[in-house]
Amino acid sequence: MRVFARLLTAGFRQRSAYLGAAWGRLAANATFGFLKAGILGATVVAAGGSVGGYDLAQMMAFVWLGQGLLGAVDLNGTDTLARRIRTGDVAVDFARPLDLQLSRLASFLGERLFSLIPRGLPSIAIGLALTPMTLPLAAGPYLLGAVALVLGMALSFAVVYLVQVLAFWLVEVRGLQVLYMSFAGFFSGLFVPVGLFPGWLQGVAAATPFPSMLMTTIEIVSGRVTGSGALGLVAVQVCWLAGALAAGQVLTRQGRSRLEIQGG
Amino acid sequence: MAEARGPLAPYRAVLASRVRAQTAYRVSFATDLAGTGLVSLVELAEIWVLFHNVPALGRLTFPAVLLVFGLAELTFATADLLVGHLDNLPTYLREGTLDVFHLRPQPLLAQLATSDIALRRLTRILFGAGAVVAALVVNDVELDARAVAVLLVAVPSGIAIYTAMFVWAGGAQFFLVHAAETTNAFTYGGRYAGSQPASVWPGPARVVFGFLFPVAFTGYLPALLLLGLPGPDWLPTWLGWCAPVAALWMWMFALGTWRLGVRHYQGAGG
Repeated sequence: MRVFARLLTAGFRQRSAYLGAAWGRLAANATFGFLKAGILGATVVAAGGSVGGYDLAQMMAFVWLGQGLLGAVDLNGTDTLARRIRTGDVAVDFARPLDLQLSRLASFLGERLFSLIPRGLPSIAIGLALTPMTLPLAAGPYLLGAVALVLGMALSFAVVYLVQVLAFWLVEVRGLQVLYMSFAGFFSGLFVPVGLFPGWLQGVAAATPFPSMLMTTIEIVSGRVTGSGALGLVAVQVCWLAGALAAGQVLTRQGRSRLEIQGG
Repeated sequence: MAEARGPLAPYRAVLASRVRAQTAYRVSFATDLAGTGLVSLVELAEIWVLFHNVPALGRLTFPAVLLVFGLAELTFATADLLVGHLDNLPTYLREGTLDVFHLRPQPLLAQLATSDIALRRLTRILFGAGAVVAALVVNDVELDARAVAVLLVAVPSGIAIYTAMFVWAGGAQFFLVHAAETTNAFTYGGRYAGSQPASVWPGPARVVFGFLFPVAFTGYLPALLLLGLPGPDWLPTWLGWCAPVAALWMWMFALGTWRLGVRHYQGAGG
């Protein structure tokens, strides 16, 4: 356990060394945020003040919370594991007395939690200062939201891990990574809240783990879902996470036995 | 290759080898093509979902926005095919492999532009072209001389604007190294902005994406010209005819940044 805590801190420190990059991400974040706020705000106005249960304040909360939390989850699927498998470097990882999946999870959480400082909080501050966004004043949504955020982060990692670990069989997983990126962005509610989807498409989204990665946290922190509804969403997150981690363990074991490393 | 001579011969040879390399693994290539096509489909779905809730956005209906989307997608995807791999520059800078390019007797930008050509991006180009054709049909645009002229001005200018954006982003990388995402805000953010009705942009975004990085000229303004619709404040419809000026501005800005960047580059030491 101590080792995993160390990996987590190391990941956090690693990211904090590149402050310039963090500022860059914030600039990118804010630019996309204003574009999203423009089109989603126009949608609310065009719909007569409320669309899919979102008024303008809630829609702005969706935009800026989403922008703020985006750095914490992995919706791109660009982990380096597949490359390590292809090059054989993964053999070094296997030689360590640590679980491959869990140690990578710890580093991931450390790296990505850091993003909340230069990217998460400022994005939310921009939204509060410059748009009619509102946030709940009670502590509950933030506490449960923190739990949902970590679960969503871990889930995004666990699913990306599944994509990457397939490199044991497929060698090249870039096509799969692009597929993951398309679906994850769309169904996690990165651009448009899942609540605005037509009914059948909401059904499709609910059958995937993607809404649990980002949408759940946004809904809880913004106070749109509270009480037992919020707890239910967190329970769904836990189920997906347990399933994805277990599948990753199985695939890692299977893949390891297939692994052939060239050279001495 | 009998005609492998002349100043462009090295580039032709390199590009031919890239094409052969990518089509060698057919299954992998096919999934790549399909995956990239899906990216376009999902981007269109994001717009469609909004119009599922409201009849019009920024005074444009969904068929009208389909035209904006198609033009932006077609021009961006073509630019991405031609020079999108300039995005790899930060990796070369970090790993010090850029110095290898400096050793060869060809201009750095030309070498980088031909260093990779991702054929999978062909699907996006086709998807964009399909969206343009579909939009022209559903919007009932008459393909008279004027409409053809609009397309002949808009499409090459759009491609030029987006390629220049990649070059600009590459030039800025020499200063930023670890901050590729800053420039992504303007290349990929520009692409995202390009497929929206510019009339919904907040004021500062209208300045940034209307004039500084003029992506409004890639989809929105030509669509207004084709559909005969009025533009919002700051972006009157006739401005669409000035797309070549916008492209020229973007290229001057891009080459200036690139030169500064290359001059700033110190090499990886050793």
